[in-house]
Amino acid sequence: MTKIEIVTNLYEKLGFSKRECANIVDTLFEIVKKTLSNGENVKISGFGNFIVKEKKARRGRNPQTGQEIQIAKRRVLNFRLSQVLKDEINSTKGK
Amino acid sequence: MNKMDIINRLAEGIKLNQKVAKTAVDTILDTIKMAIVKGERVEIRGFGSFTLRKYKAYTGRNPKSGAVVHVEPKKLPYFKVGKELKDMIWKG
Repeated sequence: MTKIEIVTNLYEKLGFSKRECANIVDTLFEIVKKTLSNGENVKISGFGNFIVKEKKARRGRNPQTGQEIQIAKRRVLNFRLSQVLKDEINSTKGK
Repeated sequence: MNKMDIINRLAEGIKLNQKVAKTAVDTILDTIKMAIVKGERVEIRGFGSFTLRKYKAYTGRNPKSGAVVHVEPKKLPYFKVGKELKDMIWKG
């Protein structure tokens, strides 16, 4: 599934034009993206939490050459699944 | 930031009435959720993708008591961060 199907669903639900629906979907993801890139977490109940984690700088090694390299301090995104969604997925048939 | 904040910002951002914004956010999330539950891969360009990963049953241990526990097979969605978002977060 891609954004197109989400837009189509929204179009059927809201009755707005496809263009307006696409704008809504794009804006939603832009809001979430901007928030996360500011280092703020996004929590969606019943779905999951998007958590920004600070990673310290560390020494790494290029596994191919064995050469030591410095890995800079960075931020990564983690997704923590909601317990509700977890149960929903695992209660459906065909465990 | 939680769902309510997203709804408020969306309503402000594109001049939507609060109720409509809520319906929109709920519909979008439900669509994604349903696809994940069905085991469908969901890909949102620039944001990331969700895939359902299957895990086999295994015998685990309660780390506190040391008791042996049997873990049933399960399915868990995996979120892979999209390139654009990854770079945005990295740079901060």
